[in-house]
Amino acid sequence: MESAIVDANPILEIRGLHKSYDSLKVLKGIDFSIAEQECVFVIGPSGSGKSTLLRCCNLLEEPNAGTIIVDNIDMTAHGVDLNKMRQRIGMVFQSFNLYPHLRALGNVTLALRRVVGLSRAEAEETAFRALDTVGLRDKVNSFPNQLSGGQQQRVAIARALALKPKIMMFDEPTSALDPELVGEVLRVMQDMKEAGMTMLVVSHEMRFAQRAADRVMFMDHGVIIEQGTPDQIFGAPERQRTKDFVRQIAH
Amino acid sequence: MAAWERFIDTFFKWEVIAEYLPEIAKGFLITCEIAVLVVLCGLVLGLALAVLRSYRVRPINVVIVVFVDTHRALPPLVLILLFYFGLPNVGISLSGFAVLWVVLTLVLASFAEEIFWAGILSVDKGQWQAARSTGLGFTQTMFYVVLPQAVRMMIPPLTNRTIAITKNTALGSVIGVGEILNEATTAQSFSGNASPLMVGAIAYLILFLPVVYLGRWIETRFAWKKA
Repeated sequence: MESAIVDANPILEIRGLHKSYDSLKVLKGIDFSIAEQECVFVIGPSGSGKSTLLRCCNLLEEPNAGTIIVDNIDMTAHGVDLNKMRQRIGMVFQSFNLYPHLRALGNVTLALRRVVGLSRAEAEETAFRALDTVGLRDKVNSFPNQLSGGQQQRVAIARALALKPKIMMFDEPTSALDPELVGEVLRVMQDMKEAGMTMLVVSHEMRFAQRAADRVMFMDHGVIIEQGTPDQIFGAPERQRTKDFVRQIAH
Repeated sequence: MAAWERFIDTFFKWEVIAEYLPEIAKGFLITCEIAVLVVLCGLVLGLALAVLRSYRVRPINVVIVVFVDTHRALPPLVLILLFYFGLPNVGISLSGFAVLWVVLTLVLASFAEEIFWAGILSVDKGQWQAARSTGLGFTQTMFYVVLPQAVRMMIPPLTNRTIAITKNTALGSVIGVGEILNEATTAQSFSGNASPLMVGAIAYLILFLPVVYLGRWIETRFAWKKA
């Protein structure tokens, strides 16, 4: 299934990605690319390798084979400064992973100061603006354990956004949230999409996918079974496996 | 003499106490000195070893583990006697004070390394993932994200172990270090009265009860409330 958007200058390009944990093959040959400003959703049953795929993109997991090219730089090549490259990929996790010993502002400024090298004043200003973007300007001095789940996830998004990444990756960002808190996070993601951010999202939020996704990829057992527009995948899937899965999560 | 008077005469004879109090006070200072030195050096060394271990360089880790296991398994008294009577034979002549300091530091460092290591391992993997994904290096993640959490989590077992090991300063009496127990037993044999021992016991209480309360205060002050 070809992508609807022409990949003239893909922000992310994955070729022949394989990943195994000991004898367990999790990714068995993944090929796809994401164009600038494209929002791609990845859906699939648990164990299909979706999270592993995301973690391979910024080399949090090391692939066994394959090439990962982010903004024209091959992340898998020898001699790549991974720490520098990782700033260009923003990552948001299912369990937020905020630093509990730092306030919201501190969570966002840590990388700005220690990786980017900004001064304390510059870092705080950038962090403040990022937290403002996600609607948390009045929570800058709160500790994570004083925030609701939705607020924590928004701080996590601000933490990644502050580094001005080329692409934002979300690994089930709302799966650990109470239903009434999901909306505030999706709103932030919608705003980001409209502001032109390139996004790769692993999520079960089908309605949100239908609204925001340019393309949906269905993964199962380590391969991409099918991809297309949300209407195609959710409305008229071609492969049987896709049909079964979509029917399962339709309620 | 009534039983009560006999008791006072044995353990609280004022004349004996007054005569030997200055010596025991000097011993008190020596014990304090060693305790402070041991705590500082032991905890710093233990933390350094744990951080070093996290880099997972196999040969270094083997050395660390062998070192730590040996010093945790041997009774401190055995180590003290080995160092004090054995080292001069290989040309290293340390004073009793130095031997006591070095041995207790190594013992505290060994227990502290295991405690810090457990703390580092128990920090959620997600913290590493989040930090590394923002571009922080391994060492930066260790110092800015992981250690602040690991140390805080491990304060109860650390204070516990520290108190237990610093009380071993009493072993210095075996190699002639002028700490509390040494001064007390010397005074006791000169005077033929047990009062100096009682003073020694009270001196230990004066020194270590505050340490115990300080430890508890540190635990509650830095108590961890998870998000």
